Amino acid sequence: MRPVAVIGVGKTAFGAFADRDLRSLAVEAIGHALADASLPPSMVEAFYLGNFAGPSFTGQNHLAPYVGLAAGLSPGIPCTRFEDACASSGAALFHAWQAVANGVYDLVLVGGVEKMTSQTTPKVAEILAGAGDMAGEGKAGATFPALFAMIARRHMHQFGTTREQLAAVAVKNHANGALNPLAHMRKNITLEQALAGKPVAEPLTVYDCSLVSDGAAAVVLAPLSRAHEFSGRFARILGIAQTSDHVALDAKTDITTFQAVRVAGEKAYRMSGLSAAEIDFAELHDCFTIAEVIASEDLGFARRGEGGPFAAAGCSAINGRIPINTSGGLKSKGHPVGATGAGQVCDIVMQLRGEAGQRQVRRHRVGLAQNLGGSGATCVVTILGAP
Amino acid sequence: MGQANPGNGTVYTETIVFAAPEQYVDDAPYQLAIIDLEEGGRLNARILPESGRVQIGDRVVFVELRNGVAFYARG
Repeated sequence: MRPVAVIGVGKTAFGAFADRDLRSLAVEAIGHALADASLPPSMVEAFYLGNFAGPSFTGQNHLAPYVGLAAGLSPGIPCTRFEDACASSGAALFHAWQAVANGVYDLVLVGGVEKMTSQTTPKVAEILAGAGDMAGEGKAGATFPALFAMIARRHMHQFGTTREQLAAVAVKNHANGALNPLAHMRKNITLEQALAGKPVAEPLTVYDCSLVSDGAAAVVLAPLSRAHEFSGRFARILGIAQTSDHVALDAKTDITTFQAVRVAGEKAYRMSGLSAAEIDFAELHDCFTIAEVIASEDLGFARRGEGGPFAAAGCSAINGRIPINTSGGLKSKGHPVGATGAGQVCDIVMQLRGEAGQRQVRRHRVGLAQNLGGSGATCVVTILGAP
Repeated sequence: MGQANPGNGTVYTETIVFAAPEQYVDDAPYQLAIIDLEEGGRLNARILPESGRVQIGDRVVFVELRNGVAFYARG
């Protein structure tokens, strides 16, 4: 396999955009990414689009050519949609990387998009529940917040994790998102506010839950050997892996850890030749505060069971030992689910290039992105390095 | 379905759902749990509201199936 580079990144703002449709968001992000790479759309050889539930949210199916041709891609190329719940564009990236690494294509576009805010909250909850086991947990009345609430309860029971420690994750990510011009909710919150939030599924309040957002992100890949031909501001993919596990939460032996995350992390670390201690910063999939806590353990940044104290002590703050979710994370930046994996990679690349503005971390040679689908049934971990 | 009803068990984890999916909006808030069954395996179940709130480790008994969903009460 040959080394692969990210030669361009682009995102829309994440938020609630009543006047924007799915296609216009995706086309905007693709335009930004191709311009960033200095690549005309006609040169793209294949398009991999991550989208979770466009057909349910908007009624539109057949999304990859629908978006791709509108973005100016050539009619002769393959355009395909990837669906792996909230890891849809992480999965699109993984498969695009495989194609470039194996010499199938040189210039490949990865997109991610979701248009969620045109539905009522109970309808959104129902559509998202489809990322779980509808015949079991869904039928019993589990929403995604409820699944992660049950994970949080068990983590608290086994390790003594506290509500305050979970709230500390929300406070940190809101502080980071307040500095991100493309974030959905740019406001600081206090620990007291987070603890007093409206309950969604005990012990989680609204401040423990990521946002329902509209948005899109795009990434352009090329073989490393050709990266210098374009804008020249590229990043290297040092390691990448996609893994799977049971969709149903009750089919997992231990719900206080995600096996899919641990294995994807191990594989990506092995490919990169790096260890957790050598990662400078990370974007972790904080669909809920407890998910960031567990991912920080599963990827080796905190010891098992100590992800709560790790966050509360400031280890993952922008000026901490390993800054996590300097973008604001899904919590504050927003979580248009199909766009999240590609969006994380955009945020990592901006940090690697020193373009993160007020959120810029001091050490920015190596960053890790972790994209989770469902309650841990899909995980994509990507390790990126400065050129 | 023709399957036997699930047996009794203990609460592996639980939550109270306030923001319900569309089909259960009228039930909220309700308690949802994963039960470690005595016969082995795990099951998603609802706790009957009149049974009072259960916690991890509590013993629960199967009461009935409602539209295919198992309802339990404190044992």
